[in-house]
Amino acid sequence: MEPGDLRLSTATVPAAPASRRGRRRGGLLPALGLLPFLLYIAVFLLLPVGVLAVEAFRAVDPVTFEESWSTANLGTVTGGAYARAYLGSLRLSAITAVLGAVLGLALAFAIVTSRRGRLLRRLVLTASGVLANFGGVPLAFAFLATIGNAGVVTALLTGPLGLDGFSLYSMAGLAVVYLYFLVPLMVLTIIPAIEALRPQWREAADVLGASGWQYWRHVGGPVLAPPVLGATMLLFASAFAAYATAKALVGSSVPLVTLQIADSLSSNVVVGAENLGKALALGMVVLVGLVMVFYTWVQRRTSRWLA
Amino acid sequence: MSATTTGVSTAAVAGAGGVDPETPVRAARRSRGWWRWVVFAVLGLYFLVPLAASVWFTVRDRARGGVSADVYAGIPTAEGFAENFGRSLALGALTVLIALLLMVPTVVLVELRLPRLRPLVELLTLVPLLLPPIALVVGVRSVLAWAPEYFFRTPLAEAFFALQEPALPWILVLVYVVLALPFVYRALDAGVRGAQLRTLTEAARVLGASWPRVMLTVVLPVLRTSVLNAAFLTLALVLGEFTVANILGFETFPTWIVRISGSQPQLSVAVSVLSLLLTWALLLLISALDRRRREEDPA
Repeated sequence: MEPGDLRLSTATVPAAPASRRGRRRGGLLPALGLLPFLLYIAVFLLLPVGVLAVEAFRAVDPVTFEESWSTANLGTVTGGAYARAYLGSLRLSAITAVLGAVLGLALAFAIVTSRRGRLLRRLVLTASGVLANFGGVPLAFAFLATIGNAGVVTALLTGPLGLDGFSLYSMAGLAVVYLYFLVPLMVLTIIPAIEALRPQWREAADVLGASGWQYWRHVGGPVLAPPVLGATMLLFASAFAAYATAKALVGSSVPLVTLQIADSLSSNVVVGAENLGKALALGMVVLVGLVMVFYTWVQRRTSRWLA
Repeated sequence: MSATTTGVSTAAVAGAGGVDPETPVRAARRSRGWWRWVVFAVLGLYFLVPLAASVWFTVRDRARGGVSADVYAGIPTAEGFAENFGRSLALGALTVLIALLLMVPTVVLVELRLPRLRPLVELLTLVPLLLPPIALVVGVRSVLAWAPEYFFRTPLAEAFFALQEPALPWILVLVYVVLALPFVYRALDAGVRGAQLRTLTEAARVLGASWPRVMLTVVLPVLRTSVLNAAFLTLALVLGEFTVANILGFETFPTWIVRISGSQPQLSVAVSVLSLLLTWALLLLISALDRRRREEDPA
């Protein structure tokens, strides 16, 4: 027996050789067990996105119908109506993400702090689960029935009250509908973070004579800031990617990237529109990636500030 | 700001087991809980009015005046409803099956044998949450276009075409599994973490159970509520998914709703409201089951 082995066997007393052999043999086998998952991800997630990144750089000549490498798609996509669509999407998602985060945070606090809140909590959480993830098309129709052209509330408002001027089929209208799934998404993602605030911290601050403002400035705020930021980013990504609601509500009369992508894919008129759609989709991936990079940067700064 | 503070101290107390600390501080603050009612009132209105208006929209009888439930009664026999709802249910069931077959072994394996790979799996399952589904599906469409372009008259092309059978488009199932990954992984991971699976499986192994037996008789029973939760979330996702089906050009339940909305607005709203409420009811039921189980064995 070698000295090294001896040292090892004294460190982890009786079963050391057996467990070591077991671990070595088991090191490869469990890793193989992860193979189906990794393969699935590679084929159905990484491959399509990779193809997007390659084929966005293919262009079809309108005369000869020959395909060649080119950056023409990217040029088209970053200018004119397409640039307006990107800006429209970015603006709408940024505004709704911030509004959704503020309202969702307020609702989450209200639920967590209500005293007889168990039933209320369960109702709100399950309803949030439905609205945040699966609303899409049904939400659009619920709002059409409410404040659409023939909507119930529209009739109430325009008839007796004479209010006019708000249109559901606009950016502002879309924002109202988007909040219907963004606020629940905020509630779902931020409640665990709020519940993780220890009562002892608050008590310690009280005992030491801190005011409410001081507690939030130095304890509660810094602890909640990273999860709130993360949740806001999730809201942004969700609003940015929303297609079903917009499609069901406004068709393609509002400049949004997702609607533009669908339009370019279904177009039989423009040669090479398919590749233009790929370039537009690639642009979306890149933008979400940039937001992620920004988020990690801010996250790192806040954690340094906390330390 | 002081209003919000109120909230946290009471919340924290409730979180600590509902013990009332007899501190004068809290009594003084409780009176300032009005902000909570403002939040509930404003957001409650915002969330309830569209639902109520939708129901009113579907039951009012414009021609004769009054109320009728004809629209709801007509749903089962509506043109295309049975076919498309059935197809979406089948897609949902297949998605649930594949997602669970893929993720249950993965999550258990990561927990028991490969904890070092947990961050990787976590990251990969998070990607579909941030990646716009429309970008993913444009990529999938491009890959599917390879069949006629590059592999024409090969078995691979035949397989590609078989995946796109309009009666039961398997390609949708395969993409939906990716979209469901974040929900399935989180539900299962929460179950695995709460259950001290390592101790249980070690005990079973020491007593001589084989790994397949451990999976069937120890792991699955322990994870049953998380499996149920994951299955339900996936099913709801598939029943409501519009983007992928629309871009790939298949007809499912949601695309059918959008198609009929022009000619039968009342029917489309009725089906929408019904699907939202049914999903909510089922989710409530599962959360009630989950709570009862947790009360039965508080471990």
